[in-house]
Amino acid sequence: MRRAVIMLTAFLACVMLSFGIGATSAWADGESLQGTLKNGDAPVAGVKIKAFTQDGAPVGEATSDAQGKWSIPVPAAGTYRVDLDQSTLPAGVTVSNGRPSLSPPVADGQARNVLFPLGSGAAGNAPGQNQPGVPKAPSSLDRYADLLYSGLHFSLIIALAALGISLIFGTTGLTNFAHGEMVTFGALMAFLFNVTIGLPLVVSGLIAVAIGAAAGYFQDRTFWGWLRKRRTNLVTMMIISIGLSLTLRYVFLYFFGGESRAFADFNAQPGHQYGPFLIAPKNLICDAIAIIVLVAVSWALLGTRLGKATRAVADNPALAAASGINVDRIIRLVWTIGGGLAALSGVILGAYQNVGYQMGFQILLLVFAAVTLGGFGTAWGALIGSLVIGLFIQFSTLWIPTELKTVGALAVLIVILLFRPQGILGRRTRIG
Amino acid sequence: MSAEPVKTGTARERAVAALAGLPCEPGVPKPDPILIADSVVRRFGGLTAVDVKHVEVQRGSITALIGPNGAGKTTFFNLLTGFDVPDEGSWTFNGASLSGVAAHKVARSGMVRTFQLTKALSKLRVIDNMRLGATGQKGESFWRALVPGVWKQQEAEITARAEELLTRFKLIAKRDDFAGSLSGGQRKLLEMARALMVQPEMVMLDEPMAGVNPALTQSLLGHVKQLREDGMTVLFVEHDMDMVHDISDWIIVMGQGGVIAEGTPDKVMADPRVIDAYLGAHHDGAVKTVGGEEIDAGELAEGSEVALIPAVDELEQEAAGDSAESGADGKDRS
Amino acid sequence: MNWQSIFSVSLEAIIGSTTIAYALAAIGLNVHFGYTGLLNFGQSAFVGVGAYGIAMTVSTFDLPLWLGVLIGIGASMILALLLGIPTLRLRADYLAIVTIAAAEIIRLMYRATDLRKWTGASDGLQGFSQDFYDLNPFKGTSGINIGDIITFTDRETWILVVGWALIALSCLFVWLLMKSPWGRVLKAIREDEDAVRSLGKNVFSYKMQSLVIGGVIGCLGGFVFALDRAAVQPDTYGTEFTFFAYTIVILGGAARVFGPVVGSAIFWVLLVFIDAFISEAINHKDVPSWLISTTQAGSVRYIIVGLGLMLLLIFRPQGIFGDKREVMLDVR
Repeated sequence: MRRAVIMLTAFLACVMLSFGIGATSAWADGESLQGTLKNGDAPVAGVKIKAFTQDGAPVGEATSDAQGKWSIPVPAAGTYRVDLDQSTLPAGVTVSNGRPSLSPPVADGQARNVLFPLGSGAAGNAPGQNQPGVPKAPSSLDRYADLLYSGLHFSLIIALAALGISLIFGTTGLTNFAHGEMVTFGALMAFLFNVTIGLPLVVSGLIAVAIGAAAGYFQDRTFWGWLRKRRTNLVTMMIISIGLSLTLRYVFLYFFGGESRAFADFNAQPGHQYGPFLIAPKNLICDAIAIIVLVAVSWALLGTRLGKATRAVADNPALAAASGINVDRIIRLVWTIGGGLAALSGVILGAYQNVGYQMGFQILLLVFAAVTLGGFGTAWGALIGSLVIGLFIQFSTLWIPTELKTVGALAVLIVILLFRPQGILGRRTRIG
Repeated sequence: MSAEPVKTGTARERAVAALAGLPCEPGVPKPDPILIADSVVRRFGGLTAVDVKHVEVQRGSITALIGPNGAGKTTFFNLLTGFDVPDEGSWTFNGASLSGVAAHKVARSGMVRTFQLTKALSKLRVIDNMRLGATGQKGESFWRALVPGVWKQQEAEITARAEELLTRFKLIAKRDDFAGSLSGGQRKLLEMARALMVQPEMVMLDEPMAGVNPALTQSLLGHVKQLREDGMTVLFVEHDMDMVHDISDWIIVMGQGGVIAEGTPDKVMADPRVIDAYLGAHHDGAVKTVGGEEIDAGELAEGSEVALIPAVDELEQEAAGDSAESGADGKDRS
Repeated sequence: MNWQSIFSVSLEAIIGSTTIAYALAAIGLNVHFGYTGLLNFGQSAFVGVGAYGIAMTVSTFDLPLWLGVLIGIGASMILALLLGIPTLRLRADYLAIVTIAAAEIIRLMYRATDLRKWTGASDGLQGFSQDFYDLNPFKGTSGINIGDIITFTDRETWILVVGWALIALSCLFVWLLMKSPWGRVLKAIREDEDAVRSLGKNVFSYKMQSLVIGGVIGCLGGFVFALDRAAVQPDTYGTEFTFFAYTIVILGGAARVFGPVVGSAIFWVLLVFIDAFISEAINHKDVPSWLISTTQAGSVRYIIVGLGLMLLLIFRPQGIFGDKREVMLDVR
């Protein structure tokens, strides 16, 4: 136990040293206007921004630096006009909402963020959640193929996390709101080993999964297991998990910084054409890994003795204990596997959409949607629910703007709970 | 409640007289039924938990609902009281249909239940538990609650009635304590007293003796008998055969979801179908002797003592039934 | 280290407008969670609906402020009904998930660039508070000045007076309700719904009423928030807001009339103090820059709140004023 604490502290220290140095940005004292120019996730440098008072008198100007950042100090609080000089934008990049001139008010002592959303004509094969809708004009078949593939890929990412949450819920009754952070943690660990330390991504990914599993084990051994022994009630534990989620997310922000960054390998890998599908090979490999892992875990649940014991505990812990199963050991196993699966999900998500401090939290609600849809507590339910949610969320962009696609999935979640709260596969006797 | 002592035995005699001479057949009609159930079916997945063709409960009597584990009596009980919804069937209470009616409306129509795992609200004081039971409280409606003048008078009356009941149940000393500080037996009494605040016509007791220490049993039995004296009908589910024999006027026996026998206590206890159901000639569980060897039920010598210990698979069925009833599909029933 | 300014902002936080807004949100949440046991994790949506209610009515539709107030209150009642009807029949954790989802949906809608002309999207809305400040009886005065440490301008004084009046009204309202038989039913529901049903009460109806009441009080907090800042922005009304509100409710003591108010004051004094202290320390280079930078300073408050919430729940779930025997969060 002591050794684990020392190891963990050592890891945190390493993380701190490596991340802490990168993510500083000096904020101007007093009032200012500032912003970061990004095209998708890539910073855009060399763009001129000018600021004027409301009467048109010039106040200052700035040029965006290598990270896309710019900052213009202003003399006092008030409303200013900020113009982006479109002639200084790189070729093919435009202000995607068509508004290169804004009038933001600046409050006392405020460093006011001004957002100029940028976009380009061609879309990559990785629609991130923070990008505004970007129009693209390839053929319908290509578009459907793209949506189908991205839906399936996303489903696998969600499924890995959903399986863990579902099993944890089934065996302990805890709705773990901190699961998203376990996903982010996996991605961050992979980042640490890949970008900061310099190991190849595949190796970093493996290490990250191992650390994730260890973190899951550690969490149950020292924290959740202790709370269970104190007979803390489930509602309290759920709120505690929400507090933990908040804490971890901002710890991640603290060490990693607010911008999303990419892994060092396979960055912006071009896609290969497979019939109507344009897919980067890295994504296919990730798919293969995810499918293998999901199949392996499912088979283990069905076939091995340990798997059957796990399902017994998920069904009825008291009865399982009465039949001689060591419930605590099973729960610890579930947390370990859940942690490892979440970490893997994070690594794959990071390879797909870049690594950010909130990445796990942003998919958490979708994971809940998947688990609720499929039926809380069942493994198959988690998988089927993830498939439906992943495909739905991508295909919904045919009707609703991309930035609102999460809204669609969440609305589906609410509707499901209205009409069939046990989900597709949940049977009445399985929950609770 | 009248001030003069009621001659115990009057209500009992009336109940016994009304039921005497009735054929002891499942589903036999009663002279003055307060509750009539028809073709009630409840399934869980592939399992039929309840399949009751016809049953009637005599007004003013104490009726016991017994049966081995997995017989469906708890499920049937939950259906009647509105805590579960049947797949088929209907029942009437005082002539009014109650099938599919929500639990709170069932209570308001005069049928009140208690719970096997006592639900004394431990975060409320005893007196507040009691006050909660009263129906028709003006102060319970939102806008009127804001004006104390509207409900203060009624609250005083309710409190007086509550104190009377608490005195009768010997809980008055605990009036201002939190119910959480009461012993298990005291909580049972509190739950029963609180149910009486509703001024029901029929009281449904779910295993009232469960978990009660023997010292308290007589006291509880006395209270149940007093309910009959006060004009209420009682239906209770129980495993404790002594209690059942002691106070019931009529017994309904369930087995495998249906009613397999009915009758007066003496007749029912001797009914071969009942003995069959309990000793499990069609259950696959064998009988174990004290020494641990397994023998067939038929090999038991005359006069041997048999204790009933449920088999694990029956526990599972019961658990499946319980978890389904308690809203396992994520729904609360209201 | 400018200790004077650190103490100044910290003390001002005892009665400041942020404290007021969060206190109102917490009083509403206390009705939901403290008294009824409803796990409403979307309280930020009610606050946001209030804030955007007045902002959109005035800025987008050019209608008077008092109409905005009515619209805000009406919208929060509708939101409560929309949230409640499907979910109040579900288990507690389902309600939590749905309310978080609903709050996120609302926030994303505020942020959506397609709806920019109504909501201002990520820039938000401004310029709706003039009617309010026109009514300011303190206009032109020097506001509040206590020893030069606690100072508020005349505008701020007005919002403070209105805000605290709203808090007083809400507390009176809650106190009256919870003393009554209606409140008794609510507390019983919190502990065991089936018991309450078996006594003939319509549990669903009570839960719905509680949701509406708590939502409307939360919406009042949104009014204060928006008017004080004279601006609304979508990201203010996200899940962090709700987490802060929960921490405040639990800190002050759930199911206590003044718990949320005291909780809010203590919470904000602590948070403002820590924020100010760290800012000063960084600005005056008292702390090495590799340990913490200005950007990172922003994270510290959330880490502390998260940890604080966990510790409270584990070691003192009844908070400061709660009664251990009455609290539903206790370790059983």
